[in-house]
Amino acid sequence: MTPAHMLVQEAAPVTVGSGSNAFLEGLVATLGEYLPQWALWLGAAVTGVAIVMGLISLIAMFSVWLERKVAGHIQCRYGPMYVGWHGWLQSIADGVKLLLKEDMIPRDADRLLFMIAPALVLAAIVAAMAAYPLAPGVFFADLDLGVFFVIAMSSMTTIGVVMAGWASNSKWTVFGAMREAAQVVAYEIPLGVALLVPVMVAGTLNLREASELQSDWYGMGWFMFKNPFMLPAFVLYFIAALAETKRAPFDLPEAESELVAGFMTEYSGIRWSFFFMEEYAAMFLMSALAAVFFLGGFESPLTWAAGEFFGRELFVAGANGAKELNLQAIPYHAVAGLTLLIKTFAGIFLMMWLRWTLPRVRVDQVMTMGYKYLTPLALACALGAALWEAGKQALLG
Amino acid sequence: MANEVTNTMPPSTRLRRTDASEVTVDIRTPDLEINFGPQHPATHGVMRVLMRTDGELVTGAQPHLGYLHRCAEKIGENVEWLQYLPYTDRYDYLASMNNNLGYSLAVEALLGVEIPRRATLIRIICAELNRIGSHLVAFGTYGLDIGAFTPFLYCFREREWMMSLFEKICGARLTYSYIRIGGVFNDAPPGWFEEVARFCDVFEQKWPEYVDLLLVNQIYVKRTANVGVISREMALDFGLSGTMVRGSGIDWDLRRDMPYMCYGEIWRDGAFTIPVAKGEMGALGDCWDRSWVRVMEMMESIKIVRWCLDHMVDGAVIGELPKTLKVPAGEAYVGIENPRGELGHYVVSDGGKVSVRTRVRGPSFCNLAVLEDILPGSLVGDAVAIIGSTDIVVGETDR
Repeated sequence: MTPAHMLVQEAAPVTVGSGSNAFLEGLVATLGEYLPQWALWLGAAVTGVAIVMGLISLIAMFSVWLERKVAGHIQCRYGPMYVGWHGWLQSIADGVKLLLKEDMIPRDADRLLFMIAPALVLAAIVAAMAAYPLAPGVFFADLDLGVFFVIAMSSMTTIGVVMAGWASNSKWTVFGAMREAAQVVAYEIPLGVALLVPVMVAGTLNLREASELQSDWYGMGWFMFKNPFMLPAFVLYFIAALAETKRAPFDLPEAESELVAGFMTEYSGIRWSFFFMEEYAAMFLMSALAAVFFLGGFESPLTWAAGEFFGRELFVAGANGAKELNLQAIPYHAVAGLTLLIKTFAGIFLMMWLRWTLPRVRVDQVMTMGYKYLTPLALACALGAALWEAGKQALLG
Repeated sequence: MANEVTNTMPPSTRLRRTDASEVTVDIRTPDLEINFGPQHPATHGVMRVLMRTDGELVTGAQPHLGYLHRCAEKIGENVEWLQYLPYTDRYDYLASMNNNLGYSLAVEALLGVEIPRRATLIRIICAELNRIGSHLVAFGTYGLDIGAFTPFLYCFREREWMMSLFEKICGARLTYSYIRIGGVFNDAPPGWFEEVARFCDVFEQKWPEYVDLLLVNQIYVKRTANVGVISREMALDFGLSGTMVRGSGIDWDLRRDMPYMCYGEIWRDGAFTIPVAKGEMGALGDCWDRSWVRVMEMMESIKIVRWCLDHMVDGAVIGELPKTLKVPAGEAYVGIENPRGELGHYVVSDGGKVSVRTRVRGPSFCNLAVLEDILPGSLVGDAVAIIGSTDIVVGETDR
């Protein structure tokens, strides 16, 4: 048998993506001469985490506002109108309110778990967000196992939710927690298998690389158009993502009319808002995965044109071999990042649209749908796509 | 014991070994006793259902009442005849016009006063508009119970207009006290009837939205069909009335079968029909049937309102009555078709200014009793759907 330390040695050369961390590169390019290596690493990590946190807050705030506006307009009303233009500052006002609210912990709750749970939920989603590429050259962590990492991290939130439900020591919250656990277990499989289809077509789990692979056909070479099994896989993925993010019609863990507020019944103030932020961040991530792996990621004709016009490389070799920031390519990266954001928010909008249209399914129907329909269909999709790809390679070489 | 709920778990679920070294192992975890209410979003007020659940399965349920008790009947025996009218507004606050009407008819039965034709027609218009409003709330909040938020606001959009119509005729939006003993409080303002006609036209256009958006929605059908089935026999045994009994396939409507005011005339004119559930989506008497009856009844009410508008006459709107009402000795019971079923008023007078006994048969109270029998065996999500489908108003169950 191989000794343990040998295994570690063998595993050591694994690279974390081909491009490592854009913030590190940026720091090396600008401050590399003045600071020691460890400070650069630390600085890059802190910057990355800070930006992710800020990004999640911004996404959550914007999504909450968007959700309220979408809901309002679907329901023949305006939604928030008073704070700022069309209520765009409403989320900030709400955030301030939540921060100032009394932090209540029920007397019989498990205090420690009760306090850890929201933090755990948020930490997991922050970690998952690290895989989100801001732009082709700007990313927190360029993970070769990007999809796997995102799915693993976003299912970590389930532990936090179950913990919250259990620690609250209320019957309704336990109901919510158990529903969440059952639902995530049931829908993780079709979600993963449906994502396997584009991963198979792309041949990579890396989000940035998968996006790059779709840049042919003048920016319209989306995986969606490259394999006939993509569309059903996308539909299956989207349904499973709804269940995974606890969105209607699968919002059983918090089913307002059934379980009061499900697992977060006992939470208030900023702790409650952590769950809220997690929900929107999870929606964002799931939509982002859909955008990257089905809808072309950064790529669109506009992105392609910008890339042709401005150039694509954000870091170019400078005079003395060190990498230098290529300011010319910035518009391309901005366009690409915006394209992905727009595609992601299109997915979020679709989720909101569904939420404000459909009734909620029952708990046994959720399970039936997950195990009896979505999982076999997703497997069939994966098989079909694999055969298609194999056939294509055999025929076209 | 009052709180005893029967455990309906079949004994076959227990694990037993039957050989000599018998060990009885009961692998069940104890059932969870859970308070569904009084503060719960789906109890439509402050009702409490003590539920016993085995996981998601409801194994026993018992409604507890009294959180909204306001001694309405006792008050009826302490205030003058007319002064009691505002209290009737408050039992089924979604159908106050109908409550006013039921009480007024009961007292008028003792008085033997002549009601002017115009007053009768205005009463019917108000009662039917209020029925539409009540069914809109019932259907909308039922959507909320199922998890669909938007249809609720669509329903409230139309109900808003209905309430502003009432505001124009009597100044109040929820508790009207408009239908008085002897007629109605005042005549309709100029243009009111035309606006009611416009409301009918617009409502007819909007009504298909409810059907398309919610009633035939596949998820909605899956959630409500074959859930909370009340058989014909059960409906009769429990003395259900209104939409509950018609939802179980029994053709019974007081407007036709015990006609009051000029409903008999309208029926004979063929102006309206009575929708009776046929069990289209599942078993006869399930939640879907009950909501279907409500949605269909709204259109029938529109037809009745149209008939009244077409046959409107001029004249007084209130009969000749003394300022201080003294009702001749005797007793009277009048049951009318409220949106929720038969609202009965039983009044006893000794010839004085104050009633000796005022008894109210609230439809919600009688319809609620069936919950205890149909809840066990359903899932928690179904329990919400079933409670919602009985369309109770807690103000009326407790009074």
